[in-house]
Amino acid sequence: MKKLINTADSVVEDALNGMAAAHPSLRIHDRVVYRAEGPTPGKVGLVSGGGSGHEPLHAGFVGHGMLDAACPGEVFTSPVPDQIIEATRAVDGGAGVLHIVKNYTGDVLNFEMAAELVEDTAVATVLVDDDVAVQDSLYTAGRRGTGGTLFVEKIAGARAEAGAPLADVAAVASEVDERSRSFGIALTSCTTPAAGKPTFDLPETDVELGIGIHGEPGRARVPHVSARELAGIAMEAVHGDLPLRGDLLVMVNGMGGTPLMELYVVFAEVAAFVKGKGARVSRSLVGNYVTSLDMQGFSVTICLLDDALTRLWDAPVETPGLRWGR
Amino acid sequence: MDADVFVAWFEEAARLVHQDRDRLTRLDAEIGDADHGTNLDRGLTEVCKALTGAPPASPAQVLSTAGTTLIRKVGGASGPLYGSVFRQMGKQMSKAAETQGTQGTQEARVPVTLAAFAAAFEEGVVAVERLGKAALGDKTMVDALAPASRALALAVRDGVDVSEALGQAARAAAEGAKATIPMQARKGRASYLGERSVGHEDPGAASAALIMAALATVAG
Repeated sequence: MKKLINTADSVVEDALNGMAAAHPSLRIHDRVVYRAEGPTPGKVGLVSGGGSGHEPLHAGFVGHGMLDAACPGEVFTSPVPDQIIEATRAVDGGAGVLHIVKNYTGDVLNFEMAAELVEDTAVATVLVDDDVAVQDSLYTAGRRGTGGTLFVEKIAGARAEAGAPLADVAAVASEVDERSRSFGIALTSCTTPAAGKPTFDLPETDVELGIGIHGEPGRARVPHVSARELAGIAMEAVHGDLPLRGDLLVMVNGMGGTPLMELYVVFAEVAAFVKGKGARVSRSLVGNYVTSLDMQGFSVTICLLDDALTRLWDAPVETPGLRWGR
Repeated sequence: MDADVFVAWFEEAARLVHQDRDRLTRLDAEIGDADHGTNLDRGLTEVCKALTGAPPASPAQVLSTAGTTLIRKVGGASGPLYGSVFRQMGKQMSKAAETQGTQGTQEARVPVTLAAFAAAFEEGVVAVERLGKAALGDKTMVDALAPASRALALAVRDGVDVSEALGQAARAAAEGAKATIPMQARKGRASYLGERSVGHEDPGAASAALIMAALATVAG
């Protein structure tokens, strides 16, 4: 598999160097990505992180209106506590720090250890677990955090920017998580730089339903069908878990290797599904935001909006991966 | 079992994991995210670097250094999980040394007995069960570590020698790892597969078996 890399071992470092060179709004130090201007006094700091390979998540969402720092780990491997501790201390503007953690065993363990070890900063944690593909949460590690993470980072980021205290920022982050659901479908496996070959074998004729974002296989494999039918499968899973109603924030997210054109084909079907259920697409996002390297496929994430959440979603944001209103 | 034995343990474990790195990663690709071999290889290499840079004097310090290094350098779930096993073992050993009054300037050269090692190992396994909220049968590293711990306890009770005891622990870990094949995962990333996790050996249990084999080799 051809890759635009120098060596598999240096890929994370090399990509971070590129981010630093491309975006003067960022400062990158010891594997942590910060806003160049440093912490905002009196503002709650937002720190997230996770394995690399999901770009622009998380480092691409560092900036005004979203994160204060991101801690990238190795490819698909959570960051280590040292990075998280360093980031947490550095972004504390005196109002405490919120950790936004995707619900994966490794991310949870490393953020937990870091939160325990940072004694001089007030830390609150929100676990994002929006993936309805994981049904049996009693017998699993629980639902995974996927596309909903972007919604949490954006909306909690806007609340923090408005000067809300830590408890309020944490509360709105949890509220967004509770109101968000995702489902993903892969057409191909991804290929990690270290392995150089696809993580799982998926015949040309089949798709994988209910994938996560680390190339872990999904729950079921079915024959490949039309975009309409695939969007229907994803939306039925979402709707079955959280009935669609009222105003919705809808994201059709590419897994990294899917043309934007195809994502729009999917979005049309998703929008028709929403209309069919009597709900309304109030805000939308289409593109590659929470990716899985070069995987082909999509995930759909919806969030049930209310006026307050809509205002926070619309608030100005200026990051490499998401920007409007400023 | 003195400090040198424990340093040698990590060197041998690093060698075995490096050698089996691709097999572990392949097992992880089947039911996880294809990075276990790479991560543990990197972690144990860091452990060896830390141990040779400033060789710790006591068995307890060797284990604490190894545990802390794994927690700080590996990331993923396996870093904190393995790190906790060794750090807890180190804690338990230094506690035991304190109550025996062997701590202090001379502690460096005081080896631990098999009984003390077995007790510390049991504490390490309890720590990882607590941190990972995993129990026997969940298809995790616990399925290799817990049987090894039981084998050590039995060996202590029956008074068998160190070499034989560690051999029994290694065999118990290997059997435990194989026993994960028919299990359905209830913890970690493999749990997302539901029934599709059945029929694959758990990579964490497989690496735990390698680590126990390494100890049997160096202390056997």
